[in-house]
Amino acid sequence: MKQQTIAVAMSGGVDSSTVAAMLRADGNDVIGLTMQLWNQRRLEGREGMPESVQGRCCSLDDVYDARRVAETIGIPYYVVNHEERFEREVVRPFVEDYLSGRTPIPCSLCNNHLKFDQLLIVARQIGADTLATGHYARVEFDEARERWLLKRPTDLAKDQTYFLFGLTQEQLSRTIFPLGGMTKPEVRDLARKLGLALAEKPDSQEICFVPGGDYKRFLDAYLAEQGEALPDTSGELVTSSGHVVGEHSGIHNFTVGQRKGLGVATGSPLYVIQIQGDTRQVVVGSNEELYIRTLHARRVNLIAVDEIAEPMRVTVKIRHRHEGAPAMLERCDEDGLRVTFDEPQRAVTPGQAAVFYDGDVVVGGGWIS
Amino acid sequence: MHRVYFDNSATTPVLPEVFEAMRPYFSEHFGNASSIHHHGQETRAAVDRARESVALLLRCRPAEVVFTSGGTEADNLAIFGIAGPGDHVVTSTVEHHAVLNACKHLEEIGCEVTYLPVDARGLVDPDDVKRSLRPSTMLISVMMANNETGVLQPVEEIGKMAAEADVYFHTDAVQAAGKVAIDVQAIACDLLSISGHKLHAPQGVGALYIRKGTALEPMLYGGRHERSRRAGTENVPGIVGLGKAAELARGKLGGGDGLELMRDRLERLLQHINASGVNGAGAPRVPQTSSMYFDGLDGESLVIALDLKGLAVSTGAACSSGAIEPSHVLTAMGMSSDRARASIRFSLGQQNTMEEVEFAAGLVGEAVARLRELSPTAVVGRKLSYEPRATSFE
Repeated sequence: MKQQTIAVAMSGGVDSSTVAAMLRADGNDVIGLTMQLWNQRRLEGREGMPESVQGRCCSLDDVYDARRVAETIGIPYYVVNHEERFEREVVRPFVEDYLSGRTPIPCSLCNNHLKFDQLLIVARQIGADTLATGHYARVEFDEARERWLLKRPTDLAKDQTYFLFGLTQEQLSRTIFPLGGMTKPEVRDLARKLGLALAEKPDSQEICFVPGGDYKRFLDAYLAEQGEALPDTSGELVTSSGHVVGEHSGIHNFTVGQRKGLGVATGSPLYVIQIQGDTRQVVVGSNEELYIRTLHARRVNLIAVDEIAEPMRVTVKIRHRHEGAPAMLERCDEDGLRVTFDEPQRAVTPGQAAVFYDGDVVVGGGWIS
Repeated sequence: MHRVYFDNSATTPVLPEVFEAMRPYFSEHFGNASSIHHHGQETRAAVDRARESVALLLRCRPAEVVFTSGGTEADNLAIFGIAGPGDHVVTSTVEHHAVLNACKHLEEIGCEVTYLPVDARGLVDPDDVKRSLRPSTMLISVMMANNETGVLQPVEEIGKMAAEADVYFHTDAVQAAGKVAIDVQAIACDLLSISGHKLHAPQGVGALYIRKGTALEPMLYGGRHERSRRAGTENVPGIVGLGKAAELARGKLGGGDGLELMRDRLERLLQHINASGVNGAGAPRVPQTSSMYFDGLDGESLVIALDLKGLAVSTGAACSSGAIEPSHVLTAMGMSSDRARASIRFSLGQQNTMEEVEFAAGLVGEAVARLRELSPTAVVGRKLSYEPRATSFE
């Protein structure tokens, strides 16, 4: 393998630390970069927010861990500040999605607007040819199609392609995912062999700026800090036939498929079927009513193909933990694609992404509208 | 890699003479300066000699020098030693965080603080100081030289005004000491902070000049060290180092080390780069600092790119994680946040050479060109071409 200058996006976790160490062991010139995206103590104490999300990027502990790894393996290491852009491109849209009755995925926005955009630019500016991250995914060039392909990794349990559907050809051409062919246990083994002290550090799961996953408290604290009142999004709970069955205190308290906390007593279990941002109505109904056969994906990014000219058979994931369902994909208008599932799917949620797969290959994806 | 260090406003290397002066005070002369016996007398004498040396640098009496752990402690001692709840304090928007955040805390405990603006050159208007004074004004704190731009404030005029109004005047001279002559009588200040490691003494030692007769409350309570103004066993090796560094600095004042020539040469070379310029150019400045903007790029990336090529410079104030925030000094000078972000600081030291200046200017020119070519605004609208890669990490 030809030696290159590679920038590694280091979060202070096992995966990205292992990437840095293995690329270094292979003789590359490696530069460690950590993005400072959010001041974890910024909202501390507001509306009962705890001090910080532990064990996530941007906490001082994680910068410390990343710096220690860089020092151990002998690479230059820098923290780059992108807090302003993170707030504009990720946090604000996250807040606005909830207030409009959608359920956002900030990690995809961060990948599109920060990691594979700003950080890649910095990496190239400082002389790196390539950006490496610890994502579980694969990227390869397909000679026949003359396109860069994003593919599912060997360890399907760790598959992160769902969050990477927004990557452009330009971004994919300059990105490597060295863990794409490894399983998580293999990565931990390698970390141990490479002498990394954090080989046993637990995986992080939650959204990096929302402590404990309590997004409602985050909304309260963030809006209080901004001097903005939480808008009144209260309204009616209605059935799909329009029958009013109760009141609710704000649409941001609901997500499609939710069962608990509806405050309505009926004989059979009730679920949130739909959230209507314009009328502030929350539609409730039976489990059966949660199943939907078609969805529209907007702001689509295509990776494996440059256009969906003809209807195409794909497998579609509608949330990170969804196993994927067979569907027909076709163009419905300039901005959007229509997905028609073979079997109706449960809890199709606006704000989440629909990502289309052809086997292991990510065809593309878009935002569920 | 050939490395050039142009970040002497962050810290300076300890000079060999300073290191040699300190060496006996670790294991050989190790006594506690407060002890009665021979060992204590040895170190007491060393501390007193250092105090005399610092007093000569500042043109004050030795008894007016209190040693601290550094510039931040000296600033904090000056501010919290004088001001308390109910008082009014006047400072500027371009102070170092050691003063600025101390003043923020004063506000939390019931002080009123006026933050004076600066003009486009970075200068405080002494008339603004005068206009801001109130019957309750207890303290004026305006720095002597700015850490980012090197701009020298009109401290003598401010000092005169403070004396007439009978208000205490503190100046943070951390970035001025050893670079320009300091005379506490001419400045008419009551308190003046310096830091050892900015003038080739080690990190962890500094001093506060406290004019005789100044009613100052201590911050640390303990033994009666430093005339009860700063409790705690003296950092004797550090203090000896500061004394030696002050002595050497006295000999160098007046341009003997060629710093100004090198700085001016660097600025002339770098101003050939398009859309670049010197921040605070119109103001008097210390001879070794140059803050420059290079429009259309991010100073943070430029600092990293230069470090990877062997040139150490800096940008803005570093926060605890090591990430960089936009400079409050440059934005206070009315600069757009884009230009403030596009600025970096070069600060020379007596160990630097004209060859290093030429080398650095070449590196900066190349790095600025690369950064501008790859800046986000340039990427937008560029036709993308995809070159197949040979390597894969499968």
